[in-house]
Amino acid sequence: MPVKLTVTGAAAVAHAMRQINPDVVAAYPITPQTPIVEYFASFVSDGIVDTVLVPVESEHSAMSALIGAAAAGARTMTATAANGLALMAEIVYIAASYRLPIVMPVANRALSGPINIHCDHSDAMLVRDSGWIQFFTENHQEAYDFTIMATKIAEKENVLLPVMVNLDGFITSHGVESFEMLDDEVVREFVGTWKPKYSLLDVEHPVTYGPLDLFDYYFEHHRQQEEAMKNAYKELPGVFEEFAKISGRKYDFLDLYKTEDAEHIMIVLNSTASTAKYVVDELREEGKKVGLVKPQVFTPFPKKEIQQVLNGRKSVVVLDRAMSFGKEAPLYSLIKSSLYEIASKPSLGSYIYGLGGRDVTPEMLRQAFEDALKGNLIADEQRYLGLRE
Amino acid sequence: MVPSIRDLVGYVENNDWAFTQGHRLCPGCNAPMVANWATLTAKSLGYHPVVGLATGCLEVSSTIYPYTAWNVPYIHNAFENVAATISGAEAAYRSLMNRKKINNDKIKFIAIGGDGGTYDIGLQALSGAIERGHDFVYILYDNEGYMNTGNQRSGSTPPGADSTTEPVGKVLPGKLQLKKSIVDIIAGHEGVYAATAVTSEPWDFMRKMQAALEFPGPAFISILAPCVRFWRIPDDYGVEVTKLAVETKYWPLWEYNMGIYKVTKKPKTFKPVKEYVLKLGRYSKLMKRSDANEILEELQHYVDAKWDRLLALEEISKDKPIRKKI
Repeated sequence: MPVKLTVTGAAAVAHAMRQINPDVVAAYPITPQTPIVEYFASFVSDGIVDTVLVPVESEHSAMSALIGAAAAGARTMTATAANGLALMAEIVYIAASYRLPIVMPVANRALSGPINIHCDHSDAMLVRDSGWIQFFTENHQEAYDFTIMATKIAEKENVLLPVMVNLDGFITSHGVESFEMLDDEVVREFVGTWKPKYSLLDVEHPVTYGPLDLFDYYFEHHRQQEEAMKNAYKELPGVFEEFAKISGRKYDFLDLYKTEDAEHIMIVLNSTASTAKYVVDELREEGKKVGLVKPQVFTPFPKKEIQQVLNGRKSVVVLDRAMSFGKEAPLYSLIKSSLYEIASKPSLGSYIYGLGGRDVTPEMLRQAFEDALKGNLIADEQRYLGLRE
Repeated sequence: MVPSIRDLVGYVENNDWAFTQGHRLCPGCNAPMVANWATLTAKSLGYHPVVGLATGCLEVSSTIYPYTAWNVPYIHNAFENVAATISGAEAAYRSLMNRKKINNDKIKFIAIGGDGGTYDIGLQALSGAIERGHDFVYILYDNEGYMNTGNQRSGSTPPGADSTTEPVGKVLPGKLQLKKSIVDIIAGHEGVYAATAVTSEPWDFMRKMQAALEFPGPAFISILAPCVRFWRIPDDYGVEVTKLAVETKYWPLWEYNMGIYKVTKKPKTFKPVKEYVLKLGRYSKLMKRSDANEILEELQHYVDAKWDRLLALEEISKDKPIRKKI
């Protein structure tokens, strides 16, 4: 029977890792990710899992070691945040290009400088083009569930891509909240055992990982990564379906909240969606036709789903917890470009919020909705919520 | 048992190389000898080598997709992380053996890197992997510069040698600093086997390779392996030069095992280091400078002092390991 646990998000993710019981986990501390690998290390230390833990000397080596381990045929995981992700970025690209199904929770945090340890999404956006599947999760339940589903999608033979599970630093990682934990056996059966086709340890069939790939093949290999991403898009609904069978929780590319008849829609990632849902409820009580879209799958970007849900709406406000200096904000630019092809385009507004852990209040989100309700949106104008001008 | 010539001839006759023909290294390059001797030693002892390479000449010349010169499992990841990469593979091996997902107790992990990827950018990953006690052999083929990118200075480049990032010029005499003493740095990790070797002493290398493979933890061998192109020497002269390096104390042969130092070759007489330097075209610009002798005297003093120190370390550490386990 599933049990309710009231713990931090980091503990929820660590429990998912415990139930998956990977062959190798690399661990390096960085706030606010640290408790994830700490909880996991204690599971190893107490003999609750028999994973080989590699307590590396840097995030760069964490990802490097996992590439070696995954190429050797092991099921592998690590976790990181912010500058840790930036330090491993070089190797993050290599993991995807070698088609290694590594799973990595990321406790989203502002990317220096100046140094700031609190939540925003600049770390995840740094590696958005690295070839990893990227999930974004609102709360403990989703962080736990998506970590389990990540293993499943990563290891599909026609996918074989690494997966990042983003959860908001401190807000989710350190906040205490209840979530439902599945039975160990149920998770174990769901993720199954990993049988890689090519392994460094298969000495009878030697393989060469990571050759010099010059202009005559490199291009084709990157095209293959794109095909794998397309396959991930096709395979994800099946994974959501299978997961619904064991959990009763049915996920999709987009989490839609009161969007059916909504004229004005807000789009936001991760934990802020909870606050936004509260604001939607308030505005609904006032008779305003508003709704919320929370992309749970960011890469592969669910463009078709976005187009379907936004076609014919009056207005859309997109909230970004990261900046793309000199360009449109990352989520906003993707949403905007998706709308190019639809018949009835809504008016659009771009809002940056919550950088470096700046508090996000219902009033701020209400402000964005009110701009939409008043028809006061300018697609080319980047606005800020909660910024002291 | 060090592999016998008969064993090795057998591998060669049967074309059973781990590192095969078809690579595109320069004529006269000493790196393929290192790769061959290391893997042949492992194979002749009945081990199955799994090889990791750092980005460098050996890597870019041996695995040009869709070809590979490697007839054993091989991984290249990036420039600075071969030690971390191979430590992950070794961790996977332990895990999968524990979980009985594989059954092969003869696998040995060999990481190979050049001096740039070892002395400099890869030192952190190497230090971490050694400190964690992974069971692998790291082989540094030391050609004393970033030769893959065209002769830039590294932490291993000796003073006065001409390189493109510290060229011998009108004002500066090339690199000002002495080489980093990498084997001492590795020995500083204590729970480790570490050794020097040269391409002119294959049996010495293979004996050390065997010791490294059988050492139950991290092992490291630094082998002086000339780049004939940027050392400005004839194609067939690499081995000759490393012989001279030993005979002049430039590159003493020694090993370290859990605290015990041992000098593995003790020539009765030594030649002056200048004799070695004069054979290398990379010093020809220096020799035209008025301060050439000053730099060579400093080098002579250094190699003499290092040699005396090695003998002293051998004496005081005899039968006195500082660690019993890793």
